[in-house]
Amino acid sequence: MRYAETGFNLEIDLTRGNIEKVATDPRDTELYLGGLGTNAKILWDRVGPEVEAFDPENLLIFGAGLLCGTPATGCNRTIVTTISPQTKLMAFSMMGGFWAPELKYAGYDKVILRGKSSDLVYLYINNDTVEIRSASHLRGKGALETAELLRKELNEPKAQVAAIGMAGENRVFYASVEQGRSSASRGGIGAVMGDKGVKAIVVRGTKDINVADPEKYIELCNEVLEYIKFREENPIPGVMAILSRLGSPQEMAVHDEKWHTENFSWGNSRTRRKGFWTEEVAKEWEETLESARTRLISCYNCPMKCGATLSLPGLPTYMMKCFTKLTYTMGAFSNLDFGLRIAQKATEYGLDGYSTPQVMAFALELLEDGILTDKDFPDMPEDTEGRFYYLLDKIVRREGIGDVLANGTHWAAEEIGNGAEEYAHNNIKKVEQLPLKLFMMNPIYYLMYCTGEKMNITQIEGQFPQAPFPKREHREKFVKDWFQVPDEKFKQYFLDWEMRGEENVTPFYPTIEMTCEIVDWQEKMHYIDDALGMCAGLSSFHLKPPYHMHNFPKFITAGAGIEMDQDKLTKAAKRYRNLVRANNIRRGMRRKDEVPPTDHWKRRFPELEKELLDTYYQYKGWNNDGIPTKESLHDLGLDYVAEDFIKRGILTDGEDASSK
Amino acid sequence: MTVDKIDKEKKIIKTIRIDVDKCNGCRACEVICSAFHATPKYSSNNPARSRIRIIRDPLRDIYIPVYAGEYTVAECAGRDKYTIDGKEYDECAFCRASCPSRDEFKEPDSGLPLKCDMCEGEDEPLCVKWCHAEALIYEEREEETIPEDSEEQEDMEIGLESLADKYGLQTIMDALSRMSEKD
Repeated sequence: MRYAETGFNLEIDLTRGNIEKVATDPRDTELYLGGLGTNAKILWDRVGPEVEAFDPENLLIFGAGLLCGTPATGCNRTIVTTISPQTKLMAFSMMGGFWAPELKYAGYDKVILRGKSSDLVYLYINNDTVEIRSASHLRGKGALETAELLRKELNEPKAQVAAIGMAGENRVFYASVEQGRSSASRGGIGAVMGDKGVKAIVVRGTKDINVADPEKYIELCNEVLEYIKFREENPIPGVMAILSRLGSPQEMAVHDEKWHTENFSWGNSRTRRKGFWTEEVAKEWEETLESARTRLISCYNCPMKCGATLSLPGLPTYMMKCFTKLTYTMGAFSNLDFGLRIAQKATEYGLDGYSTPQVMAFALELLEDGILTDKDFPDMPEDTEGRFYYLLDKIVRREGIGDVLANGTHWAAEEIGNGAEEYAHNNIKKVEQLPLKLFMMNPIYYLMYCTGEKMNITQIEGQFPQAPFPKREHREKFVKDWFQVPDEKFKQYFLDWEMRGEENVTPFYPTIEMTCEIVDWQEKMHYIDDALGMCAGLSSFHLKPPYHMHNFPKFITAGAGIEMDQDKLTKAAKRYRNLVRANNIRRGMRRKDEVPPTDHWKRRFPELEKELLDTYYQYKGWNNDGIPTKESLHDLGLDYVAEDFIKRGILTDGEDASSK
Repeated sequence: MTVDKIDKEKKIIKTIRIDVDKCNGCRACEVICSAFHATPKYSSNNPARSRIRIIRDPLRDIYIPVYAGEYTVAECAGRDKYTIDGKEYDECAFCRASCPSRDEFKEPDSGLPLKCDMCEGEDEPLCVKWCHAEALIYEEREEETIPEDSEEQEDMEIGLESLADKYGLQTIMDALSRMSEKD
């Protein structure tokens, strides 16, 4: 008997219209857990580096996390994996919501799509009945609209629907997959779904998910719930609001946006607006949000209310969470009412809320500086808000300049030329980043930005405070009940971190060695979440989260029936983390690609930065070009990766230096 | 015998107070209910077996947690719509019955009806415990009731008396003895 997982994947060949239910190997679960881990393995085994995002051979994998569908609070993530058209690397965006547990209850751990359908279709998974159905009547429909229409058409109000909008249908490189209040947005996963001719995947399931040790498992779940309650009643003092409380940043609940609006950059990630947050603005924005928001809502089996239903007069109701609240507003130098209104349209179109406004601001900046001209924007309105709506439509329809912009700032700049590259200034590995520009280089963030393969800092950071606390007594208080640390030494690292003075200050503290350990810990927790299906908002993103290195092994043992301890879990996470990197290395990613945006910090320290990356690569078991060495691959049981690397000349047999 | 001669009984009524405005739609109530009622306890999870359901329609802001009541063999005539605070609800959304008209509160494989037992043996129903939104609040209320036995006895006697008045006592006794022979 399989515990926590179902032991079956759905393999769907869209070219031939073939559907198979395939039993999976339990040994793979032990080695790669599930979710991201087993997704990475499947991608490695079946999608070679010659396969491009829009080739029929590319796979689009919807993987439910290993513990999704069990009573573990907040464990509801679908990890969507494919080759990204934007980065040409492995993309693994995630969505919360209700879809992954429903898939488990239907009897499957993953849906693996290959090939391409010649007509637009949707998949209907209802327990053992799986059908490919025509979606020609849904062409051009919004993502939420599609979900509503399908639930009605199928008379299945409880079905969960993951759908693309027009952006995905037209293969916009930052198209999302939307699912109610959640979405898998980064890396253009929606474009791959559209390319495969799949408008939506509808799931309904009414079967059991079993756990191995019921009494122990529910005890662990209850402990987590109690700790969540404790954290709700005891927010962490001395850190900004979004870090003091659990959950995704509580953007739908908070009104005070001084920190974001004055510290993040506006427009094409250029302009800091100190003093923007006046009483007048605060009052206006509060009224906007209060009148638009009908309810704070949650994902499956989670008490955190990170999302909201928004109804603006004259617009269909939609749902939102987190920072998309401000990205359109700040991209267009506008107000919250504009931001929430255009986000409604963008959500139905199915677009990433980080990339989209930046692409539009980038285009307007190019126009302003004469690199693009009025001829590129026929009939465009005069006002910035009007221009944003104009560009949004051009992009999702791939009309005129929109066809260029639909490929994101990196590829658009390359195509436009004439110096446009300088304007695509806020990317890492070709993906638009949060519009954050800071003063002093921070060693921890430097390494996270460089080596992150998840392309979004919120999905890399967490666990360790972002900055020192002013006084030692505050730090002492903080470490007192910091039981989540995997090792006591992290407490000391934090205690000794000074805000000012000669010693133990940024950027030379934490020391290079400490920085490596901290970054590795942070990354590991995210990777564990992504295999188990756990939300980072109750886990890796937070200081003092309810899930941590001490209870995760117990959850896996009692839930999945796989004997687990901290060492074994660390090794498993390391194994599939290296497999993610191996997929990307095989696709050409190297040290040269591992750089933060040049202007991310004003004060840079090239020598220190080089030493940081050198040391971290070594710490990770990677050579000086960021390639996992033969030896470290062997330690992880990934000899097949080493063999492939040697065969391709990425590694040479005798040494660990790359030859290519 | 008249009503005021009957001693009233005090009875503990167990209820769940439901605040639909507080529900965040997470379905934790369904999760823990199905786990608690699994055999062995907590061994499996499946909201389709839960004895509490959230009738949920996010885009219309409808969230109604409703827990399973009696099984009914036939559906009722209730097909009305209620508009409350501008939102339209089906009458069925508030109904606790396991009923032929809908899928709620039936075992998915067998179709057998499910009924809430307030998590017998626990301090409070677990859906309440797991609802951090406090949309579900457990309440015990003391109510004075007429003991069921005497009430039934009284009802029957009233009925018999009226039958005897109409048909005569002998006719009724003859009918009763014929009925008892058939059994």
